[in-house]
Amino acid sequence: MLPRDLKPEQFRTYPPEARKLAVNNLRTLQQLPLSFLPNLLSEIIELDYKFPVERQRISKEIAMLGSLAPAQMHEWFGSFRDLSLSIKLEHLDWLNQPAQFVEQLSAHLWSTHQLDAFRKAAKEYGNRLQAAVAPDQPVIARLGIAIIGQGLDAYDGRLFRDLREHGTFFSHINPENGIQQLMKAVAARAQAHPVPYAHWYVEGGHVVEHGPMLTHVSYQALEAKRLALLNKMNAEIKRPGMGPVELRTILAALQPADVGFDSQEDVVLNHFQLKLLTEGSGTQVFSTTFVQWTAREALRRAQPLTLLVRFGPRQRQRPMNELLSNIDSHSEPDLVGSLVDADMGAYYNWINQQRLPGAEYSSFIAWFEGSSRAVALGPPFARGATSSATATLEELASWAVG
Amino acid sequence: MIVKEPFIGDASSNCLREATNGLSCSRRDFLRSAAGVVLGGASPFLYAGPASTRKVIVVTFGGGARDQETFAPAGQENIPYMLKELIPQASFFTQVVNRGVLGHYVATASLATGVYETLNNFSSTPPQHPTVFEYFRKDLKRPPTDAWVVAPSNGFSRIGESESRRYGPGWGAQVILPKHLLLAAMSGGTIDYEHLLRDNYETPLFAPQLKGGEFEFRQMETILKLSVGDFRSHAKTLSSPDELSVYVVQQLMQQQAPSLIWVTMHDIDVAHTGAYSLYVESVRRTDRLCAELWKIVQSNPEYAGNTTMMILPDFGRDSDEEAGGNGFQHHRTGDPSSRTTWMMALGAGVREGRIYDQPVQSTDLVPTLGSIMGFQASIAQGRPIQELF
Repeated sequence: MLPRDLKPEQFRTYPPEARKLAVNNLRTLQQLPLSFLPNLLSEIIELDYKFPVERQRISKEIAMLGSLAPAQMHEWFGSFRDLSLSIKLEHLDWLNQPAQFVEQLSAHLWSTHQLDAFRKAAKEYGNRLQAAVAPDQPVIARLGIAIIGQGLDAYDGRLFRDLREHGTFFSHINPENGIQQLMKAVAARAQAHPVPYAHWYVEGGHVVEHGPMLTHVSYQALEAKRLALLNKMNAEIKRPGMGPVELRTILAALQPADVGFDSQEDVVLNHFQLKLLTEGSGTQVFSTTFVQWTAREALRRAQPLTLLVRFGPRQRQRPMNELLSNIDSHSEPDLVGSLVDADMGAYYNWINQQRLPGAEYSSFIAWFEGSSRAVALGPPFARGATSSATATLEELASWAVG
Repeated sequence: MIVKEPFIGDASSNCLREATNGLSCSRRDFLRSAAGVVLGGASPFLYAGPASTRKVIVVTFGGGARDQETFAPAGQENIPYMLKELIPQASFFTQVVNRGVLGHYVATASLATGVYETLNNFSSTPPQHPTVFEYFRKDLKRPPTDAWVVAPSNGFSRIGESESRRYGPGWGAQVILPKHLLLAAMSGGTIDYEHLLRDNYETPLFAPQLKGGEFEFRQMETILKLSVGDFRSHAKTLSSPDELSVYVVQQLMQQQAPSLIWVTMHDIDVAHTGAYSLYVESVRRTDRLCAELWKIVQSNPEYAGNTTMMILPDFGRDSDEEAGGNGFQHHRTGDPSSRTTWMMALGAGVREGRIYDQPVQSTDLVPTLGSIMGFQASIAQGRPIQELF
């Protein structure tokens, strides 16, 4: 089937909001090339479970596409139409399984050496879209906070190597009540600007008291779901004929309730958390990876105004000689390794925050928990500078948001 | 929606070229200042006696390492052995571009055939085109014991021999999978080492059944001349599968002294778990193992003085700036950082302390090996770096 053959009744398996959007814009969807449309459908089919910012963005994008004249449509999608697809791809159920189609398309583009052409077409599309539908600016300047080193008393190595060149390194932070002060600053922002899913607290270790208005995700709180998922994966892996493609298809079809999420809870957040575990690599076993990936996805999808992430210790990777000698040190955390992971994770959090609208006004703080070392980035802070000024975390947060 | 990276990065050919040139320049500048090597000029290769006595060892520095953690200034602390011990003895190519599929099996197969293979990365299938082992053995009429592959995982079990009709069956390399040996040696125990035997880091979901049985016992006893007990005891002193691979290579060299050995390192691919510290730790380990392997070469009379060793990653990893990826964790975007790597050649017939900026492709390796060893890689897409000879 090709996009031009689409009919309204074919969207009957889509959730209500998704179906409504697709059917109302069917004429637009019919005009899009197969190398492009399933990407858009993979977003539409999830519409009912997406964050408000995402829903708005998708609706605007489709409305804009609908406003294009035929010549513009040709211009926008010519590069996509030039891509050569296989008959096999055309016969896939891209309407009901668009994400799986995109995966197959990706493999096809790699193997036929068309990936660069696709990326070029995608970039051009992104630039046109950005010019046509200007992204909404945040109502307040964004603030990102990364707290690293939970459980580690001291570390002599260099920290924040990648962040320092973009901001000011503070060597004399007063750590007393630092977490509480940062939490208080975050809660105040949530209270002052009560936008749904705009203020987040992601925890990789022990959860601390936090404001009720924060969207909260915790690695430990998801333990039962993680184990349920790992059990499912292990069971599937052992089935004859199971391969990575087949398993990904199975995981993609999972619903939150399948791994124990309560259907009475926040449906959008449940779906988000399920995807963290089914689509993220390493998120099921390493808390540092989970926290970094959660921050990345929260920033990419929910575009929060405030994001506080606190990395926790991850389990230690046992070396071969230990495994072969059956030395049981499974539960022992790797505190230094977790700090190194979190340091890089904090850098990635900042990079991902800076991809969002309003980046020029955004600020970011990273702090080695319990220590006097922190780095702050944003308009109020000089780049590549070091400050020996004594300051509390409360003051640092206050300076960051102006 | 579709473009998650509208602001950063460009994979158009021109941009790719510019970016790879940039990577190449940073490697060159760093090496010149840190290791005291000089810019190429003359051919990297010298006459090193008759090809019939030459031995070649190819090491893939895997799976996939970036400049930031290796040859860029910030990464130098992770590669002290290559920097201080190997580079001064080597000819170093700063710009090796992989334009193929960036999965470890398919990319290694491409390296081994000189053709950008398109086979399924996650299936145990042979390369579509003749491998370097087939060219070597058929053209030079070498016995099966003269070409070996030591590879990390089950997926590499077919890499020794292609499905090519002109070459193929009977002309390939023998393949040793150390994890299979380990499984055979440890069978019957109740030890939880499932994680260690995990086949592939690229997807935690890919874990085909490993086999370990009669064939592996035979390899241990007749090829490596090791008792099961000895193998098991030694394995218990090692920290990683790549260390086990180097141990197997050492035994292979002692017992069989093959002319062509291909060893694929894989520890670095732990990066897919997203733990940066484990990734860096693996880079450091691989750096050390490369130096250890070179020492093993020098201490073995069958190899000392007549062996050329080539070290190169199969490809890089995604850059931090590429929005479609997640930095070091994967190699999915096809950006310049993930496509551009380096290669060093050292030993017999190689000029020492030279840097070459000329761009080469991954597929040039096999024709270059052909020039060194005296066979013709007739179906390879690449061309010999020997034109620099």
